[in-house]
Amino acid sequence: MTRDDATALLASSLHEIAPEVDLGGVDADAPIQEELDIDSMDFLNLVTAIHTRTGVDIPERDYPRLATVNAFVDYLAAVLA
Amino acid sequence: MPSLGADMERGTIVEWRVKPGDEVRRGDIVAVVETEKSDLEIETFEAGTIERLVVPEGSEVVVGTVLALIHPSEAGGAPSGPSPRATAPELKVASVTGPAAPPGPKAVTPPAATAAEALHLYSPVVRHLAETLGVDLGTMRGTGPGGTITRSDVENAVAAPTGPVGTGAGGRRPLASPRAQRLAREHAIDLGSLLGTGAGGAITGDDVQRATAARQATEPSPPGAASAPSAPPPATAIPAPTAAAGASPAGRRVAGDRQASLRAAVANLMARSKREIPHYYLSATVDLQAATAWAEEQNAGRPVTARLLPAVLLLKATALAAAQVTEMNGYWVNGGFEPHAEVHLGVAVSLRGGGLLAPAIRDADRLGLDELMERLRDVVSRARAGSLRSSEMSDPTITVTNLGDQGVDSVYGVVYPPQVALVGFGRISERPCAVDGLLGVRPLVTATLAADHRASDGHRGARFLSTIDRLLQEPQRL
Repeated sequence: MTRDDATALLASSLHEIAPEVDLGGVDADAPIQEELDIDSMDFLNLVTAIHTRTGVDIPERDYPRLATVNAFVDYLAAVLA
Repeated sequence: MPSLGADMERGTIVEWRVKPGDEVRRGDIVAVVETEKSDLEIETFEAGTIERLVVPEGSEVVVGTVLALIHPSEAGGAPSGPSPRATAPELKVASVTGPAAPPGPKAVTPPAATAAEALHLYSPVVRHLAETLGVDLGTMRGTGPGGTITRSDVENAVAAPTGPVGTGAGGRRPLASPRAQRLAREHAIDLGSLLGTGAGGAITGDDVQRATAARQATEPSPPGAASAPSAPPPATAIPAPTAAAGASPAGRRVAGDRQASLRAAVANLMARSKREIPHYYLSATVDLQAATAWAEEQNAGRPVTARLLPAVLLLKATALAAAQVTEMNGYWVNGGFEPHAEVHLGVAVSLRGGGLLAPAIRDADRLGLDELMERLRDVVSRARAGSLRSSEMSDPTITVTNLGDQGVDSVYGVVYPPQVALVGFGRISERPCAVDGLLGVRPLVTATLAADHRASDGHRGARFLSTIDRLLQEPQRL
């Protein structure tokens, strides 16, 4: 999966949880929960939404690799390669 | 009209979900009510047959008003008279029996609407406000049902002796319900251009619907064939042709209004709490090594859809502790503490865009962790979507706030009246800690208790927090 595809996947999944957030307008290298104003329940729902769309089950031990928007996109691009 | 929280004074019937002749059982959803906080689904506490819907859709009434009459099912066992109409107890649907009911709703619950005119009607909250602001209630005309004097009447008497009530003119932010704001957003209606027909001049959802219909009617064809569902003829709305053009500024304003209405509701309740409740505060640092390790191990073997959040362990431990230290679980009403046999755990949910709701997870102490997780997920998403049930808003017997995600170490809460305790959890973080005579690094959390000193003392509060700590050391038993 290209980075663009991964970004689109993250954006559409995020839209279910925080519809008002514009992924293009946030600091992609800042801590993701703070930057998107999502709590741990939202984050779990985000990971669940990605699972629903792609079948990818991101294990909890990989959460540190999803710490920023950029890191999250890189992770998705790699896992869905 | 049930009280769906100590700060609620009135509500609007948005939709009836039943009609005369329908059989209802306890817990059935009978109507949707719009409050200044949120739209809520109203459940009935009575079983029987709907005899009559007293309050029509679109009407705003004060708490305590009879909404509908239910003919009880035979199980009632009351002696029957010749005329069922006369002898059947006129049961209020979802009547104000909950402990969250304000102390003096009787005065605003006239058996017949006509009797209300003879009386000056206002709630204790309104009387208090009037005293504070120096307004003479005796000279006022109420705009609420039956001439009831509302909060807004008092506030308007002080704030805006000139100028029309509830219009957006003069830079005043229009008062509007969440539903009105949502509809306005959807249809790009400028709330500032509407005249509200709700209590205190507040703009209701129907006002916006009429404005939408009026605009549709003026654009393509002469009025008459408007598609407004059940819109009463008097058009109180002024169409705002320019509003559609500036969707983005209008949207911003609407979001601000909604926030303002929620803010006002929270402000009202929190001010009451601090005015009436003598709080005391305790804190304890809890070692979560065992709990987080156990949760991680559990989650490692689970699909993402079945994972537990650490917060669920904290909630369960709190609920169990509340069942054991009963002075924390219940209500302060009529000058005394009434412990509650069940633990209905209120969970503070922050809404996107601001504001706070604290719906209950019923019988949280008796739910397994998986079920509790499911209920938490459900209640958080419905709180944010505006589809909570009435009982969920009025039921909590104790509330938990978890600000761990915001990165703070601890939170000292404000008790929600008439509850008597609020438990706060900060961030779970790795901190240095003495373990078995050595310095170790462990995941710790600071648990706090804000409690009503009328209902309990620090000694029992300390027991409560230490019980939470003890329970969290054996997560497998939660």
